[in-house]
Amino acid sequence: MVEITVTVNGAPQKAGVEPRTLLVEFLREQLRLTGTHVGCDTSQCGACTVHINGRSVKACTTLAVQADGQNVTTIEGVAAKDGTLHPMQAAFKEYHGLQCGFCTPGMVMSALALVERNRAATLTEDVIRAELEGNLCRCTGYQGIVRSVAAGAKAMGATVGKVE
Amino acid sequence: MYAFDYNHPKTTAEAEAAFKAGDDASFIAGGQTLIPTLKQRLRQPSHVIDLSGIADLKGITVANSMVTIGAGTCHADVAASADVRKAIPALAHLAAHIGDPQVRNRGTLGGSIANNDPAADYPAALVGLGATVHTSSRQITAEDFFTGMFETALNPGELVVRVAFPVPKRAAYQKFPNPASRYAVVGVMVAETAQGIRVAVTGAGPSVFRVPAMEAALAQNFSASAISGVQIPADDLNSDLHATSEYRAHLVGVIAQRVVASIA
Ligand SMILES: Cc1cc2nc3c(=O)[nH]c(=O)nc-3n(C[C@H](O)[C@H](O)[C@H](O)COP(=O)(O)OP(=O)(O)OC[C@H]3O[C@@H](n4cnc5c(N)ncnc54)[C@H](O)[C@@H]3O)c2cc1C
Ligand code: FES
Ligand code: FES
Repeated sequence: MVEITVTVNGAPQKAGVEPRTLLVEFLREQLRLTGTHVGCDTSQCGACTVHINGRSVKACTTLAVQADGQNVTTIEGVAAKDGTLHPMQAAFKEYHGLQCGFCTPGMVMSALALVERNRAATLTEDVIRAELEGNLCRCTGYQGIVRSVAAGAKAMGATVGKVE
Repeated sequence: MYAFDYNHPKTTAEAEAAFKAGDDASFIAGGQTLIPTLKQRLRQPSHVIDLSGIADLKGITVANSMVTIGAGTCHADVAASADVRKAIPALAHLAAHIGDPQVRNRGTLGGSIANNDPAADYPAALVGLGATVHTSSRQITAEDFFTGMFETALNPGELVVRVAFPVPKRAAYQKFPNPASRYAVVGVMVAETAQGIRVAVTGAGPSVFRVPAMEAALAQNFSASAISGVQIPADDLNSDLHATSEYRAHLVGVIAQRVVASIA
């Protein structure tokens, strides 16, 4: 067992983990934060996406020990304390960004990171599509997701180009 | 995943000592290759030694027509670096097209080249630009570094510390990405360097290789048409569910011409 302290959604969490524990297992099984999903075994689907120090990463391809001393944000840390949805979450609801919802936590976390990464330029549809490369959705066909991300980005104050 | 012990050294010396202390240790950088391998139980290291705390492996410097990148620098940082984009835009472009944003936020230059996946992008940049790999004990030219499929010149426990890329006169990289993983089915770097024209191909063969016939033709006439007749023998190329060796051989020519056209 290794002692780690990870700040998760703003609160320091001290815990003992086996070195082989994945970050996603730590979040889901030890902290019971089950919003972060596991959709594949091949590091490709992005359902497990969380932020470490503001950067999107796949929690299924990160060891919990690698998050020691870092700031982790999960989907549970995105809405306001009173439950008001974050503008990006609200946009997914409004623009049909989900059907079954399995990919949604990862999509929202990737969307938030891509808006921040592209603050300096106009966020185009091409950029949105390219930067969602690491997130798979088996239901929606992506059109609703792209529209949601564009609307969410606009609500977050980003400059957004035309989205079909 | 099998159990292992975990070390988090602060210096390369500590990392090397920790490697020697374990009977079958493995370094971990971004973990984007190692962790999937561990999850599939394809490896069972006794110790996993995390390189992320070693300051010597971090950072990007540009000086004297040389771009030097620490082994622990993630792909996203190379892609976003204003210095790299200015000095060697082709290198920033290559890094920006590895995998997806999450992979680029963790995967590192050192991990990519130490692993030497036949479909990895960076080997084409190192060989195409004539880079030098600085390890914990020596310097190795890129062509001597990549020795075969998943094989490098690194000795057990030897660390990649940084890679020095000479700034070329012009260079470009393009790949035909696997639509699912974004790994290169074929990727080609063409560069005009102080040592002449270099054409390096990844994805097609067991390990990165140069194409002397294209280099000679481009030295005479730097245009896509100059290499349109160069035949790539398919015999030693990779064949898998993504592409046959004949298809890859054809793609090398097509991609190389596109790359040349983009900077001619
Ligand atoms: C979904 C997905 C898509 C991907 N797509 C692409 C792609 O399009 N193109 C591409 O090129 N790659 C791709 N990759 C691989 C990615 O670039 C990895 O980051 C890279 O191959 C390994 O880097 P890492 O830092 O994660 O290494 P790790 O996984 O941590 O380590 C890999 C190996 O290198 C060794 N190692 C690490 N650092 C050093 C060092 N400094 N010195 C000596 N040995 C070291 C480790 O011991 C291990 O054996 C993809 C990966 C995933 C999961
Ligand atoms: S669970 Fe599929 S990428 Fe992490
Ligand atoms: S909404 Fe079902 S997987 Fe995306």
